[in-house]
Amino acid sequence: MTATILHNLDLLIFLTLLLLGYIAGSLSERRHYRSIETREQELVRLAVVTAEGRFDPEKVKDAFLVNGSVVISTDYFKRLLAILRNIFGGRVKAYESLVDRARREAILRMKEQARAGGAQMVVNLRLETATIGRSANRKKRIGSVEAMAYGTAVVIERQ
Amino acid sequence: MILTNVSSVPGKKIVEHFGIVQGSTVRAKHLGRDLMAGLKNLVGGELKGYTELLQDARSEAMQRMSAQAEQMGANAVVNIRFATSSVAQGAAELFAYGTAVRVE
Repeated sequence: MTATILHNLDLLIFLTLLLLGYIAGSLSERRHYRSIETREQELVRLAVVTAEGRFDPEKVKDAFLVNGSVVISTDYFKRLLAILRNIFGGRVKAYESLVDRARREAILRMKEQARAGGAQMVVNLRLETATIGRSANRKKRIGSVEAMAYGTAVVIERQ
Repeated sequence: MILTNVSSVPGKKIVEHFGIVQGSTVRAKHLGRDLMAGLKNLVGGELKGYTELLQDARSEAMQRMSAQAEQMGANAVVNIRFATSSVAQGAAELFAYGTAVRVE
Protein backbone atom coordinates (compact mmCIF):
# COMPACT_ATOMS: atom_id res chain seq x y z
CA MET A 1 0.00 0.00 0.00
CA THR A 2 2.65 2.49 1.10
CA ALA A 3 4.81 1.35 -1.76
CA THR A 4 2.12 2.11 -4.33
CA ILE A 5 1.51 5.53 -2.81
CA LEU A 6 5.20 6.36 -2.85
CA HIS A 7 5.48 5.06 -6.35
CA ASN A 8 2.73 7.29 -7.64
CA LEU A 9 3.54 10.27 -5.47
CA ASP A 10 3.81 12.77 -8.31
CA LEU A 11 0.51 11.66 -9.77
CA LEU A 12 -1.10 11.90 -6.35
CA ILE A 13 0.20 15.42 -5.79
CA PHE A 14 -1.05 16.41 -9.20
CA LEU A 15 -4.54 15.04 -8.54
CA THR A 16 -4.69 16.68 -5.11
CA LEU A 17 -3.73 20.04 -6.57
CA LEU A 18 -6.29 19.59 -9.31
CA LEU A 19 -9.05 18.80 -6.85
CA LEU A 20 -8.01 21.61 -4.51
CA GLY A 21 -7.90 24.03 -7.41
CA TYR A 22 -11.30 22.94 -8.64
CA ILE A 23 -13.07 23.19 -5.27
CA ALA A 24 -11.41 26.37 -4.00
CA GLY A 25 -11.48 28.00 -7.41
CA SER A 26 -15.17 27.49 -8.10
CA LEU A 27 -16.08 28.47 -4.55
CA SER A 28 -14.15 31.71 -4.71
CA GLU A 29 -15.48 32.48 -8.17
CA ARG A 30 -19.07 32.01 -7.07
CA ARG A 31 -18.49 34.14 -3.98
CA HIS A 32 -16.86 36.84 -6.06
CA TYR A 33 -19.73 36.92 -8.56
CA ARG A 34 -22.24 37.23 -5.73
CA SER A 35 -20.36 40.15 -4.21
CA ILE A 36 -20.01 41.82 -7.61
CA GLU A 37 -23.74 41.54 -8.24
CA THR A 38 -24.79 42.98 -4.90
CA ARG A 39 -22.35 45.87 -5.19
CA GLU A 40 -23.44 46.58 -8.75
CA GLN A 41 -27.01 46.82 -7.47
CA GLU A 42 -25.92 49.31 -4.83
CA LEU A 43 -24.03 51.49 -7.26
CA VAL A 44 -26.49 51.33 -10.14
CA ARG A 45 -27.53 54.96 -9.63
CA LEU A 46 -24.04 56.26 -10.25
CA ALA A 47 -23.93 56.62 -14.02
CA VAL A 48 -20.81 55.66 -15.90
CA VAL A 49 -20.39 56.65 -19.55
CA THR A 50 -17.58 56.34 -22.03
CA ALA A 51 -18.42 59.64 -23.71
CA GLU A 52 -16.88 62.91 -22.62
CA GLY A 53 -20.13 64.74 -22.04
CA ARG A 54 -20.81 68.46 -21.97
CA PHE A 55 -21.60 70.21 -18.76
CA ASP A 56 -23.04 73.54 -17.86
CA PRO A 57 -20.04 75.25 -16.20
CA GLU A 58 -22.20 76.73 -13.47
CA LYS A 59 -23.62 73.42 -12.37
CA VAL A 60 -20.39 71.49 -11.99
CA LYS A 61 -18.90 71.76 -8.55
CA ASP A 62 -15.88 69.51 -8.86
CA ALA A 63 -14.19 67.08 -11.21
CA PHE A 64 -11.45 64.62 -10.39
CA LEU A 65 -9.75 61.51 -11.70
CA VAL A 66 -10.83 58.17 -10.24
CA ASN A 67 -9.35 54.77 -10.87
CA GLY A 68 -9.77 51.21 -9.75
CA SER A 69 -7.67 48.17 -10.44
CA VAL A 70 -7.48 44.53 -9.50
CA VAL A 71 -5.22 41.56 -10.20
CA ILE A 72 -7.01 38.23 -10.33
CA SER A 73 -5.55 34.83 -10.97
CA THR A 74 -7.18 31.66 -12.14
CA ASP A 75 -6.92 28.31 -10.39
CA TYR A 76 -4.91 25.22 -11.17
CA PHE A 77 -7.81 23.26 -12.60
CA LYS A 78 -8.92 25.95 -14.98
CA ARG A 79 -5.40 26.59 -16.12
CA LEU A 80 -5.17 22.94 -17.11
CA LEU A 81 -8.47 23.19 -18.98
CA ALA A 82 -7.16 26.21 -20.84
CA ILE A 83 -3.97 24.41 -21.78
CA LEU A 84 -6.03 21.54 -23.16
CA ARG A 85 -8.15 24.07 -25.00
CA ASN A 86 -5.01 25.34 -26.66
CA ILE A 87 -4.64 22.05 -28.45
CA PHE A 88 -8.11 21.96 -29.98
CA GLY A 89 -8.83 25.66 -30.24
CA GLY A 90 -12.15 27.35 -29.61
CA ARG A 91 -13.70 29.26 -26.77
CA VAL A 92 -11.67 29.32 -23.58
CA LYS A 93 -14.45 29.65 -21.05
CA ALA A 94 -12.07 29.35 -18.11
CA TYR A 95 -10.42 32.64 -19.00
CA GLU A 96 -13.55 34.45 -20.10
CA SER A 97 -14.94 34.50 -16.60
CA LEU A 98 -11.57 35.58 -15.24
CA VAL A 99 -11.34 38.65 -17.43
CA ASP A 100 -15.01 39.47 -16.94
CA ARG A 101 -14.64 39.36 -13.16
CA ALA A 102 -11.50 41.49 -13.24
CA ARG A 103 -13.10 44.21 -15.35
CA ARG A 104 -16.28 44.37 -13.35
CA GLU A 105 -14.36 44.50 -10.10
CA ALA A 106 -12.14 47.30 -11.41
CA ILE A 107 -15.17 49.33 -12.49
CA LEU A 108 -16.79 48.77 -9.11
CA ARG A 109 -13.73 49.97 -7.25
CA MET A 110 -13.60 53.04 -9.43
CA LYS A 111 -17.28 53.72 -8.75
CA GLU A 112 -16.76 53.31 -5.02
CA GLN A 113 -14.01 55.90 -5.14
CA ALA A 114 -16.27 58.25 -7.10
CA ARG A 115 -19.08 57.82 -4.60
CA ALA A 116 -16.70 58.50 -1.71
CA GLY A 117 -15.89 61.81 -3.39
CA GLY A 118 -19.59 62.66 -3.67
CA ALA A 119 -19.79 62.38 -7.46
CA GLN A 120 -23.01 61.70 -9.37
CA MET A 121 -21.42 60.39 -12.52
CA VAL A 122 -18.22 59.22 -14.12
CA VAL A 123 -17.45 60.30 -17.67
CA ASN A 124 -14.91 59.10 -20.19
CA LEU A 125 -14.42 55.66 -18.73
CA ARG A 126 -11.40 53.80 -20.08
CA LEU A 127 -10.54 50.18 -19.48
CA GLU A 128 -7.15 48.61 -19.70
CA THR A 129 -5.82 45.10 -19.20
CA ALA A 130 -2.30 43.95 -18.61
CA THR A 131 -0.64 40.75 -17.56
CA ILE A 132 2.01 41.01 -14.92
CA GLY A 133 4.10 38.74 -12.81
CA ARG A 134 5.91 35.69 -13.94
CA SER A 135 3.38 34.95 -16.61
CA ALA A 136 3.89 38.27 -18.35
CA ASN A 137 6.84 37.06 -20.30
CA ARG A 138 5.73 33.53 -20.89
CA LYS A 139 2.86 33.86 -23.21
CA LYS A 140 1.78 30.27 -22.89
CA ARG A 141 0.95 30.41 -19.23
CA ILE A 142 -1.44 33.22 -18.55
CA GLY A 143 -1.89 33.02 -14.84
CA SER A 144 -3.18 36.34 -13.74
CA VAL A 145 -4.69 39.36 -15.35
CA GLU A 146 -4.82 42.95 -14.26
CA ALA A 147 -7.78 45.09 -15.16
CA MET A 148 -7.84 48.78 -14.61
CA ALA A 149 -10.64 51.29 -15.03
CA TYR A 150 -10.29 55.03 -14.93
CA GLY A 151 -12.45 58.03 -15.60
CA THR A 152 -13.35 61.50 -14.51
CA ALA A 153 -15.84 61.78 -11.67
CA VAL A 154 -18.09 64.81 -11.83
CA VAL A 155 -19.86 66.38 -8.87
CA ILE A 156 -22.97 68.21 -9.99
CA GLU A 157 -24.59 70.88 -7.90
CA ARG A 158 -28.12 69.99 -6.92
CA GLN A 159 -30.82 72.62 -7.24
CA MET B 1 -3.75 69.96 -8.91
CA ILE B 2 -6.85 68.98 -10.85
CA LEU B 3 -6.56 65.76 -12.80
CA THR B 4 -9.06 64.61 -15.41
CA ASN B 5 -9.06 62.29 -18.38
CA VAL B 6 -11.44 64.36 -20.50
CA SER B 7 -10.19 67.05 -22.83
CA SER B 8 -11.20 69.84 -20.47
CA VAL B 9 -11.98 70.33 -16.82
CA PRO B 10 -15.78 70.23 -16.45
CA GLY B 11 -16.98 73.50 -15.02
CA LYS B 12 -13.76 75.38 -15.72
CA LYS B 13 -12.15 77.14 -18.64
CA ILE B 14 -8.69 76.40 -19.99
CA VAL B 15 -6.68 79.61 -20.30
CA GLU B 16 -3.22 78.32 -21.11
CA HIS B 17 -1.62 75.17 -22.54
CA PHE B 18 1.79 73.91 -21.48
CA GLY B 19 2.14 70.71 -23.50
CA ILE B 20 2.71 67.10 -22.55
CA VAL B 21 3.74 66.03 -19.08
CA GLN B 22 4.57 62.51 -18.09
CA GLY B 23 5.54 60.39 -15.15
CA SER B 24 6.65 56.82 -14.96
CA THR B 25 7.97 54.30 -12.50
CA VAL B 26 9.37 50.79 -12.80
CA ARG B 27 8.56 48.44 -9.96
CA ALA B 28 9.58 44.93 -9.15
CA LYS B 29 7.77 42.79 -6.64
CA HIS B 30 9.65 41.30 -3.74
CA LEU B 31 10.16 37.62 -3.19
CA GLY B 32 7.64 37.20 -0.40
CA ARG B 33 4.85 38.58 -2.49
CA ASP B 34 5.92 36.43 -5.40
CA LEU B 35 5.80 33.32 -3.27
CA MET B 36 2.35 34.18 -1.95
CA ALA B 37 1.15 34.88 -5.46
CA GLY B 38 2.50 31.52 -6.55
CA LEU B 39 0.44 29.81 -3.87
CA LYS B 40 -2.61 31.86 -4.68
CA ASN B 41 -2.23 30.84 -8.30
CA LEU B 42 -3.25 27.33 -7.30
CA VAL B 43 -6.61 28.24 -5.83
CA GLY B 44 -7.38 31.36 -7.81
CA GLY B 45 -8.72 34.67 -6.56
CA GLU B 46 -7.43 38.16 -6.12
CA LEU B 47 -3.69 38.69 -5.75
CA LYS B 48 -3.88 41.52 -3.24
CA GLY B 49 -0.12 42.03 -3.12
CA TYR B 50 0.01 42.74 -6.81
CA THR B 51 -3.06 44.96 -6.74
CA GLU B 52 -1.48 47.09 -4.03
CA LEU B 53 1.86 47.18 -5.78
CA LEU B 54 0.32 48.41 -9.00
CA GLN B 55 -1.84 50.99 -7.26
CA ASP B 56 1.16 52.37 -5.38
CA ALA B 57 3.23 52.49 -8.53
CA ARG B 58 0.43 54.18 -10.45
CA SER B 59 -0.08 56.88 -7.85
CA GLU B 60 3.66 57.52 -7.87
CA ALA B 61 3.65 57.90 -11.64
CA MET B 62 0.77 60.37 -11.29
CA GLN B 63 2.62 62.28 -8.60
CA ARG B 64 5.66 62.64 -10.83
CA MET B 65 3.46 63.83 -13.63
CA SER B 66 1.79 66.39 -11.37
CA ALA B 67 5.18 67.58 -10.12
CA GLN B 68 6.30 68.18 -13.67
CA ALA B 69 3.11 70.08 -14.42
CA GLU B 70 3.56 72.19 -11.32
CA GLN B 71 7.06 73.12 -12.40
CA MET B 72 5.63 74.47 -15.61
CA GLY B 73 3.17 76.58 -13.71
CA ALA B 74 0.09 74.56 -14.55
CA ASN B 75 -2.73 73.92 -12.13
CA ALA B 76 -4.40 71.01 -13.93
CA VAL B 77 -3.58 68.04 -16.11
CA VAL B 78 -6.19 67.00 -18.65
CA ASN B 79 -6.54 64.04 -20.99
CA ILE B 80 -4.59 61.69 -18.78
CA ARG B 81 -3.83 58.23 -20.15
CA PHE B 82 -2.27 55.25 -18.45
CA ALA B 83 -0.07 52.59 -19.94
CA THR B 84 1.56 49.49 -18.52
CA SER B 85 4.43 47.49 -19.92
CA SER B 86 6.66 44.77 -18.55
CA VAL B 87 10.25 45.75 -19.21
CA ALA B 88 11.92 42.77 -17.61
CA GLN B 89 10.95 39.56 -15.89
CA GLY B 90 8.99 40.43 -12.81
CA ALA B 91 9.18 44.18 -13.27
CA ALA B 92 6.41 46.37 -14.55
CA GLU B 93 6.57 49.89 -15.86
CA LEU B 94 3.64 52.16 -15.14
CA PHE B 95 3.32 55.24 -17.13
CA ALA B 96 0.94 58.21 -17.02
CA TYR B 97 0.83 61.12 -19.40
CA GLY B 98 -1.39 64.08 -20.07
CA THR B 99 -1.57 67.70 -21.11
CA ALA B 100 -0.67 70.37 -18.58
CA VAL B 101 -2.99 73.36 -18.61
CA ARG B 102 -3.97 76.32 -16.49
CA VAL B 103 -7.67 76.60 -15.76
CA GLU B 104 -9.84 79.25 -14.23
